[in-house]
Parts: sequence; structure tokens; C-alpha cells
Amino acid sequence: MSVLLIAEHNNKELRPFTLNAVTAASQIDGDVHAVIIGQNCDEAAKSLSELPLIKKVIHVDAPHYQNFVAENFAPVIVKLAENYSHVVCSANTFGKNLMPRIAAALDTSQISDIIKVISPDTFLRPIYAGNAFATVKSNDTKKCVTIRPTSFDPCESSGGSAVIEKAEPGEEFGHTKFIKREEIKSDRPELGTARVVISGGRGMQNGDNFKLITSIADKLNAAIGASRAAVDAGYISNDHQVGQTGKVVVPDLYIAVGISGAIQHLAGMKESKVIVAINKDGEAPIFSVADYGLEADLFEALPQFLEELNKLNTIQK
Amino acid sequence: MKILVAVKRVIDYNVQVRVKEDNTGVVTDNVKMSTNPPDDNAIEEAVKIKEAGKATEVIAVSIGEEKAQETVRKALAVGADRGILVKAEGIIEPLAVSKLLQKIVEKEKPDLVFMGKQAIDDDCNQTGQMLSALLNWPQATFASKIEIKDKKLEVTREIDEGLETIEINIPAIVTCDLRLNEPRYASLPNIMKAKKKPIEQLNASDLGVDTSPRIEQIKVEEPPKRKAGIKVSSVAELVQKLKNEAKVI
Repeated sequence: MSVLLIAEHNNKELRPFTLNAVTAASQIDGDVHAVIIGQNCDEAAKSLSELPLIKKVIHVDAPHYQNFVAENFAPVIVKLAENYSHVVCSANTFGKNLMPRIAAALDTSQISDIIKVISPDTFLRPIYAGNAFATVKSNDTKKCVTIRPTSFDPCESSGGSAVIEKAEPGEEFGHTKFIKREEIKSDRPELGTARVVISGGRGMQNGDNFKLITSIADKLNAAIGASRAAVDAGYISNDHQVGQTGKVVVPDLYIAVGISGAIQHLAGMKESKVIVAINKDGEAPIFSVADYGLEADLFEALPQFLEELNKLNTIQK
Repeated sequence: MKILVAVKRVIDYNVQVRVKEDNTGVVTDNVKMSTNPPDDNAIEEAVKIKEAGKATEVIAVSIGEEKAQETVRKALAVGADRGILVKAEGIIEPLAVSKLLQKIVEKEKPDLVFMGKQAIDDDCNQTGQMLSALLNWPQATFASKIEIKDKKLEVTREIDEGLETIEINIPAIVTCDLRLNEPRYASLPNIMKAKKKPIEQLNASDLGVDTSPRIEQIKVEEPPKRKAGIKVSSVAELVQKLKNEAKVI
């Protein structure tokens, strides 16, 4: 049987992580069909049909799908799932919100946030915020799987021409009403998906000193993170918190400034490709995970860092 | 209005989790256990609603081994009125937890069910949504703000793109994010008082729910170790390494 992938989109275009989810789905089974549910989302459905790995697109369109309410989406997917062995989507807030509703309706024990497909029923997933990796095998007939997008490469986005089939919309769930969405309109990339993250800890001493971090973040087009200690001390709001109880980040470059490296912080960033630690305490645990450690006073090092960056002819964005 | 809050006993977030040598799981013997952090936010919110005169009773429920009673007791110490412990051994998957909670909801008939958005042990992020599907109730996941408006809740949700506001009819399920509130500490007098509050004990098997796992845990391993890094002696050297060696800037 084939895999049903749930596409994430904004009614105009596909959200980028859909491409990573398609890659994961194709590793489970080559026969990947994708369902796209929305309002007037023909354009996004067309983009989906152009992904060479997709064999068929099922397009469900109705006004009550405009805002991606899980209570409206789930019954449609549960019905379609009859014809599939797996239902797959990204483990971001869209998929996390939606997939368990589908799994419960199918009486399936969901497998969340996989980082590797070992076989069609066996997957690798991090537990304890990445402090351990579990190999798990699903014994359910139908499998509901969410994938960690950053663990799979995006698939090819053009060249395909899958058929687009329209499917009947389901009824509207009357008890949930969408009011508004405030997308953070920041020039800065989002913490969870940024290529570069620079984080400050208690060593920053106060909120004002985060300016030193901000100016480097501007230069590197980086997101700004913080340790729990910095958040608890009130230096920065907790939407910046990286760690077991905050966000787990996997950037290409993670720069930890004035962060000692408490276990719970390490859990949120130690899968980053390259880690830099700047700390005046040479014994700080953060150095044990850092690829490049600089034992220095951050108040001297950060201005110098900015100066050195300014000397570079080009900086990757 | 009655609020049921589900709390889970997990390894404390400050403990360095170690994998067992036989790869069957992680070491839990002699390890400090605590309430799952976002479940603390869930209890706090329910108690605040009660203190504001908008709820009449807060019930804390936990599912797990006998010792999960401590987790329920902690919820009582910060303001829950009474507790329920559903005893169950071994790994109870979110699907089974949500089926057990469904039975408790049918019995207690709460207007709202709160819980943390995710447990920091298995990191599944499923139970609230599953319970909501089983009950066919509306769900508000990743809540960072809750306002009660008559028979409705207005909830602000933390989503990847920013914030989303939805309105849901009561009865409803809310899963709580860390930004929702600042959980209080239990005072000594309240800890003493909590000892007198009732905790009803039930067995998962008595509730007629099959809790046997559907997922086989084949092995649990240490994540790959990072290779040891180097210390650089100056900022200039660091920038040069990042540019030319790591090629990340």
C-alpha cells in the first residue's frame, strides 16, 4: 500500500518543509500520494503535483479549510487513510496539532518526530530532547508518522506532473473558530529554522547587553537564542529559549555566548552542525560540545567578532 | 466549572539522562523525578482560573506507577482540590493514556481538560490532541494565553509562524506552553494541607482500556558523540576557522 503525505501550505504556496516530508515519505514507500486541504489553494496543489516524487495529488477545497483547523482537517484525512498504509507529515506545529487527531480516530499509536526511516515499520526518533535515540517498530496496521524536517533533505521541486484529483470536503466542526494569526514579521529568521543561531546566557549580565548579540545576528542573518538562565533572569523573553523545555534547534552554526552549558540547554542545541562557545570560564561544560571554543571575556570578544566579520568580503546568508 | 488537569511524572529536566547499558531504555533508578514542566503550567492556569472565581474545582489526574502519587500530591500542594491516580505499569503510550483520560472525563464530567503540550521524556506531543479526538471536543494546543468568555475560551497558540488566536466552545481540551504563566512554588503550609486532600486510586485495568503497547521499543542508544573540538586563541582565528575550515559564514 502507498503513503499519504499531508502537504503544509498557506493556500498560495507550499511551506518549505513539505519538501522534506516528501523525502521522508518516499523512503517509507516509493508510491507517495499527497493530500492538500485548503481554500482556493489551486496554485499550491499545482506546485505539489510538480514534485517528481509525488505520484498523485488529492485536492480538497472548501472555505472552512482556510485556516488549517485540525478539527476540520482530521476527518477528511481519516477517510482517505482507508487506502493507505501510512499517513505522514512534518512534526512542526501544523503536524503536531493535526496528526494525533488522525491517529486516535484510526486507533493507531502515532510515531512522532522521526529522524530516520529504517524500514517501512521501523524508525529512529530522539527522546529526552535528543539525549537518547530510540529505534521503534510500529505494530499497527496503519501507521501515523511525523517527521523532523531538518533531518531529511528537501526533495526536487520541479519536473513532475502528477494527476490532481479533487476530493469531496467534509463537514465543518462547529466548535472551533479561527480568530487571527499574527505572523512574526521579523527581518530575522525564525529560531527553529535559522541557518545560524547566536545565543546569550547569564554571562550577558543584563538585557541591554544583548545588543552585542543583536549586532552580530544582523551581520550573520542569525536568529537570537538564550539559555533558560538568561530568560529566568529576565534578560530576554522566553520565546528565545533554547533547551529541553524551550526550542530544539539544529542550525549549521550555533554560537553560545556566556552560556555555561547546563544539561537542559545542551539538549536543545547539541545536534547543531558547528558549535562555537565563547566563555571566560575555561572549565564550562559548553566547551565539551563546542567545535571551536574561545576562552575570553565576551564583552571584549563580541565587539572584536563584529569587527572581524566586517572585514570579510562576503558572508553567507 | 470543573477543570481536570493531567500531570505526568518524568525525569527532572536538570538530570543528565543516561542510557542503560543493555539498551532497553534510560536509567530511572535513584534519579530525581518531577512533574513534567508544561504540566506545571497547566496546573497553575487551572488554579488561577479558580482563584479568579471562574472555576469551582480543580482535579489533578496522573497515570503511571504508584509513585506518580507524588506528582498528584504536588499538584494538590499548589492548589488542586483533589487527585486521581490511575495505576498502570510499564510504558503507557499516549493513545492508551488518552483512552484512560477519556474514561476519567466520562466519570468526572469536567468542562475543561488541561495538560502540558508535551512530555519531556518521550517527547510525543500527542495526548491532548488524541483525547480531544476521542471526545470530539475542540482543542487548543500550545496555549500561551487563555481567556474565559462565558461558554467559550479565547486561546492564543504558539505556532511556528508566530501566534494564532482561536475561539473554542466549552467543553474543550487545552495543551499548555511554557509561556502561559509562571508556575508557583508550593509553600510549606500548603504542602502540609495537601497531605489531607483526597487522592482516589484506580487501576488502568478496571477502566476497561487495553494499555498494551502497539509500538515495540527495539533499542535505546546514546546519540552519536560529537568529536572533540579545539580551543582557538583569538577572535580573528575563530572567524578565520569559521570562514575557511567549517565554511559556515
